Amino acid sequence: MISAHSAPEFKNSVVRWIDRRLPIFTMLHGEYIVYPVPKNLNYFWSFGGMAMVVLVVVVLSGIMLAMQYAANTDLAFDGVERIMRDLNYGWLLRYVHMNGASMFFIAVYIHIFRALYYGSYKNPRELIWILGVVILVLMMATAFMGYVLPWGQMSYWGATVITNLFSALPVIGEPIVTWLWGGFSVDNPTLNRFFALHYLMPFVIFAVVLLHVAAMHQSGSNNPTGVEVKSQEDTITFHPYMTAKDSFGLMVFLFVFAFFVFIAPNYMGHPDNYIPANPLSTPAHIVPEWYFLPFYAILRAVDFQFLWLVPAKLGGVLLMFSSLLVLAMLPWFDTSKVRSCRYRPIYRWFVLLFVVDVVILGYVGGKPAEEAYIVIAKLATLYYFTHFLMITPLVGWIEQPRKLPNSISESVLKSV
Amino acid sequence: MNKLLSLAAAAALTLTSFTAYAAGGALVPPEMPWPSVGYFGAFDKASLQRGLKVYTEVCSGCHSLRLLSYRDLGDLGYSNAEVKAYAAEYEVLSEPNKDGDRVLIQASSADKFVSPYANEQEARALNSGALPPDLSLIVKARNRGKGNFFANFYDMLRGRGYASGADYVYALMTGYGDPPADVEIAEGMHYNKWFVGNAIAMAQPIYKADPAADGTPGTIEQQAKDIASFLMWASEPRFEERRAMGTKVLLFIALFIIVLYMLKRRVWRDVH
Ligand code: HEC
Ligand code: HEM
Repeated sequence: MISAHSAPEFKNSVVRWIDRRLPIFTMLHGEYIVYPVPKNLNYFWSFGGMAMVVLVVVVLSGIMLAMQYAANTDLAFDGVERIMRDLNYGWLLRYVHMNGASMFFIAVYIHIFRALYYGSYKNPRELIWILGVVILVLMMATAFMGYVLPWGQMSYWGATVITNLFSALPVIGEPIVTWLWGGFSVDNPTLNRFFALHYLMPFVIFAVVLLHVAAMHQSGSNNPTGVEVKSQEDTITFHPYMTAKDSFGLMVFLFVFAFFVFIAPNYMGHPDNYIPANPLSTPAHIVPEWYFLPFYAILRAVDFQFLWLVPAKLGGVLLMFSSLLVLAMLPWFDTSKVRSCRYRPIYRWFVLLFVVDVVILGYVGGKPAEEAYIVIAKLATLYYFTHFLMITPLVGWIEQPRKLPNSISESVLKSV
Repeated sequence: MNKLLSLAAAAALTLTSFTAYAAGGALVPPEMPWPSVGYFGAFDKASLQRGLKVYTEVCSGCHSLRLLSYRDLGDLGYSNAEVKAYAAEYEVLSEPNKDGDRVLIQASSADKFVSPYANEQEARALNSGALPPDLSLIVKARNRGKGNFFANFYDMLRGRGYASGADYVYALMTGYGDPPADVEIAEGMHYNKWFVGNAIAMAQPIYKADPAADGTPGTIEQQAKDIASFLMWASEPRFEERRAMGTKVLLFIALFIIVLYMLKRRVWRDVH
């Protein structure tokens, strides 16, 4: 929905000169100033912009850390501590980067929930959604490799466990793992390539975010009613309305971010990562970062051979990747014509139940693989897939949605 | 808000009383009132200085503190001359001299704390196979929390940071004693209530000592408090800088939130 407004006459002569030859200012004006958005967006719609801001913050702090960091198994751990202790404001850089990763996941998980609840993934926004899942996968890869860099115990053992997953592949598994490691265990070559990739991946994320946002500007934002924009009455311009609202939301988000950075910087981390990596001593429990826990639980839920064909490890790996695949395919599992759960009296409860299920998965993912936890993990995993493959299509068929408002304006007026 | 906090506190306390094991299978040590925790706490410099003394006289015989520089001690309230004099008690290898030899010279303020052993093998050889861990990060590395989400969350809100690691060091220092009748402790090992598995290779390091010069009693508990405080400081010497800046940043953002909220209200006034 490219804005119909024609380019404004820019006052600044340099801007005018550039714009006539390369119309970036016209484009920015169209996409971020007069761009029409539904006027009923709530604060859930601020999380995409927040994710964008943390992404920039994490990349900037990362580049500055990289100027001080040495990707060498003999230097990495003490080098990171040197940044923390001897470099001016090094602690700030590192804590911002570390907690920035967590804040990025917090923003994106809420952002995803918003899409789930208000049906933002449906026609015509399927590609936005799929690109979003691609971003999520890239984020996980980036964060995983970044966590290896300080070369603490969890860095080392996390890397060992996760890279070892590839050995589950039949025949080519072992050679692939050796190739990934650049040797016969996680070691200096592994650390070096992880650093190179960790530096590269965020720029790939930027590129996909660009596509994600471009696709979104094509179809326009969804809104809490899920009803498409019908007339100009339903919209407001991006500036000053959304800029004012998002700035407020962003500042609240930054408050939480700053709280973690300055008051509780290690809360979301694991204490064992303050012990230097030691290949000879395995930690009692190897736990990934919190944002991986639901997926880790799905991975470990398979502790049995499947149909005499698929060994347990391979089964777990396949299931974990499937969990992301079914997420990406959600637009095609959802059979309801109605987008927003506001008008879906049954499905809304299932969406909330799904969130509870993911939280349960995250909880057991952080627990040792003991009997009771495994049973819970299995049930929760089963429910995860049931939600996408059965509940979502079935509810779409049988549910009697509530009456949709004729337009966004009508729904807004009624609620006043 | 207060009501909410105390409710959360009550919930957290009930939950802690059920689970006594922290992450890693260790018993949860009791919480100590460290002066540096909370939003407005500050290190007790005198206690840190006594803690350094305990480290120097006792622990440094076996444990390195390799990430700390002598000049960091300035933060404990010592003058440059005092730091220099402290460093001069230790020896480091010089750069090659004009004959190409490296000789032992007095350490300077810029040097890192000198380790008691040349390498891990020597450390193990002199400790019947056990390795005394470096203590630079021990408080952060043993910050295992209280074993359940709610108690840890509540501690986070209270600004306790990695204080549960200091609780552990204190508990470990004071946790020696005779093993219960049904517990067998191997030769060369020592019973400690708070160590994972209860059998630790380190013999009780702290015993009752004479009162300090300022009259502070030389009890085991007092020394344990001092060394734990000192190690908490050593785990992150920039901690006070971080929190001082944090207070300002949070205050600034809070004010900015209010301004932006008023702005938003104004801008949206005419939207229906
Ligand atoms: C005689 C040598 C010796 C002295 C002196 C000594 N330690 Fe230790 N310490 C050890 C050894 C050996 C270990 C390893 C214990 C094990 O792994 O079983 C250890 C382990 C520790 C641990 C880690 C326990 C854990 O959770 O793994 C801490 C903390 C510690 N010492 C603190 C101190 C402090 C503080 C002092 C000074 C008051 C001190 N030690 C003095 C030998 C010593
Ligand atoms: C790097 C991470 C991400 C960034 C920076 C980002 C950024 C954005 C931005 C700025 C918007 C527009 C504002 C908004 O509606 O919130 C948006 C929209 C959207 N995003 Fe993302 N996003 C990210 C990840 C994801 C992920 C992982 C998903 C889902 C799997 C996702 C799904 C969507 C959808 C469906 C929309 C359209 C929303 C609507 O109009 O209702 N995004 N994104």
